[in-house]
Amino acid sequence: MPSVRSGWIQGLCSLAHHPSALHFLADSGAVDTIFALQGDPSLFVASAASQLLVHILALAMQGGASGSPISEAAAWPICAQKIVNHVEESLHSKATPQVTQALNVLTTTFGRCHSPWTGVLWGRLSPPVACLFERDPIPAVHSLMDLLLSVARSHVLNFAACGLWEMLAQTLSRLSPTQAGPLALGTLKLQHCPQELRTQAFGVLLQPLACILKATTQAPGPPGLLDGTAGSSLTVDALLSSKSACVGLLCQTLAHLEELQMLPQCPCPWPQVPLLGATVTILRLCDGSVDPSSSMGGRLCGTLGGCVRVQRAALDFLGTLSQGTSPLELVLEVFAVLLKTLESPESSPTVLKKAFQATLRWLQNSHKTPNCSDLSPDALLFLGELFPILQKRLCSPCWEVRDSALEFLTHLIRHWGGQADFREALHSSEVPTLARQLLQDPESYVRASAVGTAGQLSSRGLQATSASPENPLAQQGLLMDLMHILSTDSEGFPRRAVLRVFTEWLRDGHADVIRDTEWFVATVLQAVSRDLDWEVRMQGLELAQVFLIQAMGQPSLHCPYTVGLPEATSPRPHPEFLQTLCRLPLFEFAFCALLDCDRPVAQKACDLLLFLRDKTTHCSGPQEAGDSPNSASVEAVLQRWREGEQGQPLGDLEPEAMLAILRSLDLEGLQGKLAKSSDHVEKSPQSLLQDMLATVGILEENEADCY
Amino acid sequence: MLDCGLDMTSTLNFLPLPLVQSPRLSNLPGWSLKDGNAFLDKELKECSGHVFVDSVPEFCLPETELIDLSTVDVILISNYHCMMALPYITEHTGFTGTVYATEPTMQIGRLLMEELVNFIERVPKAQSASLWKNKDIQRLLPSPLKDAVEVSTWRRCYTMQEVNSALSKIQLVGYSQKIELFGAVQVTPLSSGYALGSSNWIIQSHYEKVSYVSGSSLLTTHPQPMDQASLKNSDVLVLTGLTQIPTANPDGMVGEFCSNLALTVRNGGNVLVPCYPSGVIYDLLECLYQYIDSAGLSNIPFYFISPVANSSLEFSQIFAEWLCHNKQSKVYLPEPPFPHAELIQTNKLKHYPSIHGDFSNDFRQPCVVFTGHPSLRFGDVVHFMELWGKSSLNTVIFTEPDFSYLEALAPYQPLAMKCIYCPIDTRLNFIQVSKLLKEVQPLHVVCPEQYTQPPPAQSHRMDLMIDCQPPAMSYRRAEVLALPFKRRYEKIEIMPELADSLVPMEIKPGISLATVSAVLHTKDNKHVLQPPPRPTQPPSSKKRKRVSEDVPDCKVLKPLLSGSIPVEQFVQTLEKHGFSDIKVEDTAKGHIVLLQEAETLIQIEEDSTHIICDNDETLRVRLRDLVLRFLQKF
Repeated sequence: MPSVRSGWIQGLCSLAHHPSALHFLADSGAVDTIFALQGDPSLFVASAASQLLVHILALAMQGGASGSPISEAAAWPICAQKIVNHVEESLHSKATPQVTQALNVLTTTFGRCHSPWTGVLWGRLSPPVACLFERDPIPAVHSLMDLLLSVARSHVLNFAACGLWEMLAQTLSRLSPTQAGPLALGTLKLQHCPQELRTQAFGVLLQPLACILKATTQAPGPPGLLDGTAGSSLTVDALLSSKSACVGLLCQTLAHLEELQMLPQCPCPWPQVPLLGATVTILRLCDGSVDPSSSMGGRLCGTLGGCVRVQRAALDFLGTLSQGTSPLELVLEVFAVLLKTLESPESSPTVLKKAFQATLRWLQNSHKTPNCSDLSPDALLFLGELFPILQKRLCSPCWEVRDSALEFLTHLIRHWGGQADFREALHSSEVPTLARQLLQDPESYVRASAVGTAGQLSSRGLQATSASPENPLAQQGLLMDLMHILSTDSEGFPRRAVLRVFTEWLRDGHADVIRDTEWFVATVLQAVSRDLDWEVRMQGLELAQVFLIQAMGQPSLHCPYTVGLPEATSPRPHPEFLQTLCRLPLFEFAFCALLDCDRPVAQKACDLLLFLRDKTTHCSGPQEAGDSPNSASVEAVLQRWREGEQGQPLGDLEPEAMLAILRSLDLEGLQGKLAKSSDHVEKSPQSLLQDMLATVGILEENEADCY
Repeated sequence: MLDCGLDMTSTLNFLPLPLVQSPRLSNLPGWSLKDGNAFLDKELKECSGHVFVDSVPEFCLPETELIDLSTVDVILISNYHCMMALPYITEHTGFTGTVYATEPTMQIGRLLMEELVNFIERVPKAQSASLWKNKDIQRLLPSPLKDAVEVSTWRRCYTMQEVNSALSKIQLVGYSQKIELFGAVQVTPLSSGYALGSSNWIIQSHYEKVSYVSGSSLLTTHPQPMDQASLKNSDVLVLTGLTQIPTANPDGMVGEFCSNLALTVRNGGNVLVPCYPSGVIYDLLECLYQYIDSAGLSNIPFYFISPVANSSLEFSQIFAEWLCHNKQSKVYLPEPPFPHAELIQTNKLKHYPSIHGDFSNDFRQPCVVFTGHPSLRFGDVVHFMELWGKSSLNTVIFTEPDFSYLEALAPYQPLAMKCIYCPIDTRLNFIQVSKLLKEVQPLHVVCPEQYTQPPPAQSHRMDLMIDCQPPAMSYRRAEVLALPFKRRYEKIEIMPELADSLVPMEIKPGISLATVSAVLHTKDNKHVLQPPPRPTQPPSSKKRKRVSEDVPDCKVLKPLLSGSIPVEQFVQTLEKHGFSDIKVEDTAKGHIVLLQEAETLIQIEEDSTHIICDNDETLRVRLRDLVLRFLQKF
């Protein structure tokens, strides 16, 4: 049973915290068993075995070589020698799985142990590792690269002396473009890496895009990426060999560059313009609008035409590139290609989603003036063309498209809903009307998104038919529509969306809400308390919390490390407010949620009640908990609830009784219990013991790998 | 003859035929030459910067000059769009052959022809323009009239009588049915997956196979799926009827169609869909059936207006055996295979023969109208273009790929209504073709020249052409192409009684030979070996025999020989038999054995042996017998 083997390893791991366990491990033959378990059919067991080996090796070295490192590996403790010999042997093996196991052990060792002995270890094992590169094909390429990067990240080694940089450089030039990509990215992430190697690694990542530019640019074009560098023939071969190779290489490269741009180690200067040009070109190759200048371009056009995977990767990277500064003409090209993608009937729903995301990022970042979040004139022109497309997408027969279009629209309104030009452009389109109509969409995801959009439109005063403030009825109509969805929609997503909108409305003081907040909160809580969806109930608690914070002030900070700043004393809650809470009935809702079978709901209710208790400390009357007969009956009801008789109302209660119960409950204790993750029972030794007993009873091995 | 389609793009050069008097169209100014000469102003009218022929629309016929169509024995029809020129061929060329087509092809083809005739005949136009066709005058005209080809061959539409007569020459066939053509070849229609009853054809003899692939689709729409397996092992695959819009994916276009339709209707506008009365419309109605409720369009009426609307909707429901599997299985439930039955039942879809009559009473806006003709030159669509063209709320959505939508719209300019181009062409695209060719692996592919190079407007799109090995043989208009195979063998049958009389002799393990003496009887391209007639009895009377009964006398046959002569052993045998002074010489083809004493020469070659001796017949016979010892006789 894999769980038992896994448990055995975990047990040894715990044992291996004690130096005295070393002898036991060495003498009992456990290390040999661990060697065998490295090849376990369960990946979890195999991985745990490798990690245990590293752990034992580190323990042995820690005990045996306190102080300065023993330069001779031969003088290492026997247990350590045994492990190292095993690893070395495995490195010489012809079987790739064994090589992989050895490499994984080494990778973990260099990742975890930063003692001087690791330098000696590398000194001994780097020759067999180097030999692996001589084999054809190179075995376990990915594990090899992981090892090199793990060694390179170590602080202990003198890289120049141990020849690691040379090894990395050679590897980068020897591997195929697809294999070299991850290594190049890893190299660029290294903090102390020679500039020459960084340049080489960056070149590996840029090469495919340079090829794309070269194949499609009318010669002689503007300076592109990697002008005049050799070694591109491998990349060209990879791009042209087959469709899958081409698509794989481009997707990987685009993803790596995207990741790189977000990192502090991002190469400087960053070739923003050629990269943007190449990305736009790739998108054009995908939509067939490039007129390539070479035969290679023609073939790429055929290979990439309509390729959804590449389109998605390119759009992701395009979105990230919006953070750099780009010349206006290129920005306009970006907008053009985005419009084409959004407009094209050929664009798949997933591509459209990515295109919407990229569009949003470019709108946010294009020609942003330092102190202005307004849309640039180009962006406004773009919006003028975008809204008709958005209208069409909102009517798409494909629900994913309607959904993405609504999400995009919600973001647009959130960012620019207050800007006059945007409002005008939006109003002159049918978009708000269409979005409102989608509240009745047959697809629940779309209804949920439509709820979000309608809420956002309403918050900004951009609602469809009732744009004029003199028509409050229509506005009220949306509130009632959303209430209707909350109480009748059969799917959870739209109901959750309604609560998010309501919470936001309450937080922002939406006109419809502040008109009669008490009615609003009471109606919502009433609907939510009956809801079967735990997320809806949780959102209901969130709404209740916002309501309480607005009335009682922010919760006080309990962080032990913060300096106690002079806090403005929060206003003592008015007794009438407590009456309101009882009437809503917020107390009943929170107590009920405290016993919720879904842990997050109970946790949230616990937090809410703690907040309430803190805020009402000063309201306590002279009587102690339990004094009031009223509170006794409440406690009795709570007790019955615990026993599973939910549904019985608490009845009309006085605030004093509620406060008494609040004080009587061990909310802190409950909070601690609820904070434990749900699998703490499964991870307990008792559970493992049960597994072991079960194994004894089962003759046939159960292959199900539960851990 | 493979198919006989009609080129209807010629009608785009003509003014539309309005169903209701149109002041705009009837008051168009006549066109005059640059020098002010206005002699053509009765025939040509100017409209929005374009010049149109003011006459009954005319169609461009198939090539009739290259071959004498009266010599054509058979026409194979692949789908109902490819038979629209049939009346011109069968009624006016002296054609006396047979036309083969499936039943849905014929029935729906009839509907298309009937609609066409109806559209044209119900708006009689006295005027017929012919002056402009004069070659000297034509070159003075503006484009596209100037560049129109073969205008002298353009003809008016046929009559219903001609249609009926043409259709009576059709012999109905079913998929996979083998039809013998004069014993020379066998033809078989296979499902092509494009339309109801659409077919590809196999033309094969015993040793050669030619496939004709035209208008096929691999998409899952309403027709029976394409039969690819039967196309395997073809010597030649003639490929035509690929998608006209290779860059447009039908799924995307259907989505586009629905989005634009919903957008227009939600804004209170009307949607006009110019279409044929059969084909893609069934799929569109099915999509809309699934879409209208979710798009909140349940209250919007859908109108299908065509003289054959009713027949088309009804026919589609009864051709169960020609439908895809899903639809076939519905029939057994029993349910109508197409959901448009439900749309009609619930009054969401209404159909009318024309805008006159009931339609005008029921007409409610906003609405969606499906009507013909996609060229926008005749049919009820002309009325709706005139009616709705002025409002930007309305939309015309083009789904048929046969006509350039910009050219179709030219006589309606300036136009306020929105125009959406969503060509839905489900026929094979180039990616599908290359997969198909890899699958069926024909020895040679023959296709129109246009398929072997990228489209002129997208010369860089190397993916928009046929890429196969060996490269496809292409042909262009009026080019004569020799197909790359020869008929080397014919199959001959042996009559059972003759076969009984044969005595095979095994000459090698697994190989037996027998001599056959028989009469080869050839009739209708079938060859039969019959037993030879018994030796004729001497005529009892002195009556002169008829020539046909004259059978050649059967001579006594010498046995056939096989095997080879091992020279060394042969020499030894000669020596045993008293020959001496024997010399052997090797030659290029075999050996020469010289009997110097006897002055005789034996020439042994692979397929002959000669004994050359000087008038010594006895010696020759002796030597011959020695040679024969080494050979087998049968």
